[in-house]
Amino acid sequence: MSAPAPSGITLATLTKDIRLEWRSKDALNSMLFFALLVVVVFSFSFDPNAEESRVIAGGLVWVAFLFAAVVALNQTWSRELRNQVLDAYRVSPAPANSLFLAKAIGNFIFVVVLEALMTPLFIMFYKLRALGPAWQLIPVAAFGTWAIVVNGTFFAAMSLRTRSREIMLPLLLFPITIPALLSMVEATTTILVGDPTTSAKFWIVLLATYDVVFTTGCLALFETVLHAE
Amino acid sequence: MKKAFPILGLLTAAFLSYALYQALVVAPQEQTMGDVQRIFYYHVPSAWTAFLLFAINFLASILYLVRRNPRTDKVASGVVVALAVLACVGAYVFKSYLPKDVYPSSVVTTGIVIAGIYFLIRKYFSEPGTDILALTTAEVGVVFCTVVLVTGPLWARPVWGIWWTWDIRLTSTLVLWLIYVSYLVLRRFSSSGETPVLAAALAVFGALDVPLVYFSIWFFRTQHPQPVIGGGGSIDPRMLRVLLINWMAFLCFAVLVCWSRYRLERMQRDVEETQALEALLEPGGRVR
Amino acid sequence: MTYLYVAYAATWLIHVAYLSTVARRYSRLKKEMEQLGKK
Repeated sequence: MSAPAPSGITLATLTKDIRLEWRSKDALNSMLFFALLVVVVFSFSFDPNAEESRVIAGGLVWVAFLFAAVVALNQTWSRELRNQVLDAYRVSPAPANSLFLAKAIGNFIFVVVLEALMTPLFIMFYKLRALGPAWQLIPVAAFGTWAIVVNGTFFAAMSLRTRSREIMLPLLLFPITIPALLSMVEATTTILVGDPTTSAKFWIVLLATYDVVFTTGCLALFETVLHAE
Repeated sequence: MKKAFPILGLLTAAFLSYALYQALVVAPQEQTMGDVQRIFYYHVPSAWTAFLLFAINFLASILYLVRRNPRTDKVASGVVVALAVLACVGAYVFKSYLPKDVYPSSVVTTGIVIAGIYFLIRKYFSEPGTDILALTTAEVGVVFCTVVLVTGPLWARPVWGIWWTWDIRLTSTLVLWLIYVSYLVLRRFSSSGETPVLAAALAVFGALDVPLVYFSIWFFRTQHPQPVIGGGGSIDPRMLRVLLINWMAFLCFAVLVCWSRYRLERMQRDVEETQALEALLEPGGRVR
Repeated sequence: MTYLYVAYAATWLIHVAYLSTVARRYSRLKKEMEQLGKK
């Protein structure tokens, strides 16, 4: 019996994860609550008027999403670890990349759902209104979220057998993600502030480049990492 | 080999003292900044040394990953040679596309040096030795990088009145430092038997990140211009001479430090292996 | 101008600190090796 098509495996793993998550809503609830806490605490610390908030909201929003994403990423592999699924996977003929893609896409969907739910709250708390081309926020969010999620899923796998696993993930993730974070924050700020002399295009291209480089890197090295645990 | 070490140590100490003398006394005083500018003779060589060490770490990490499988090893060697040839040919073919102060000869030299270091490591270091080399250069690189990050603000403060600025060089160095500290943390905290593989993967990711870091901060700076620490533009040839002397001295020092650290790690691993063997062959005949 | 001397001193402080950790681990290792040798 030959191995099923990789895309089939990806899809199967992905639907399994989404179904499991939908039933328990563990990750989603903790992410939501965490992001909400961050927003509220930030609101206490900064009470900006509409103009000021446009300048700082970019950074605040992405910091909140980043921390919430880490909550989701940390439990990416814990279910697999608990039930020895990883061992089964190593032994099976299924390509390791299918598993990785399924996990990464699953995390991507979770974080995007989180962003969609949190954005109205942010707009409300910070009286936000984009003065620049608001549609550009969509590629920024898409590329940016993928940047965090693809590396995060990879590093979550790497930290599986380390002490202080929950700390190891952000410790490894944040430095590598700095160019992506900078791009996301700057792009969002540029779009919100709407200065006609600036454009978010460079940042969006940089984000896309970052995504291509690191998705390739993760796919190339994931098999090695999976077998190294 | 071991006997040479104290002599080399003394020679290096002498060289460093000579370099210090050059930096403090012989080098001409800078027009606008005065004597504080002399920090430059420690700041810049430390940066160059750190970058060189991190580059070696990158090459050693790649080597460690590809040498686990003879096929990937051959492919990787081929790729390195191909890239070096490409650099030599492309530097002259695309001469007009190179940025302003980059000469084709430097591109060729860089390509050949990188390929050279790759094959030298491959020839003279065993597989576990490659991993120890990666660990050593990462650690010593972080030490030199710390020096850069400490001397940078100490230079910025008297000259521009601020301790820190998101200057492209200082910021890229900070991010590089963060990446390699996280590498060292992974090494320390990972309890998997395959830690070297994981660390090597992280090193490759870090290296892939470096150009992206540079570009993102470069564009950020063009949007938010700020003073440039480290000065740009041309340099007085007398100052260049002192700079190079200091760099050579620090390189010798770095080599000795790496050598000591390498030996320490090698011994450490030998001892651990012996201890593990002993534990297996406990008296009483119990094999664990 | 004190910044200059502080910078140079800090540089060497950092290097000496690192080298002393290497030396300390080295002597501890030597002791362990002696113990292994005796067994």
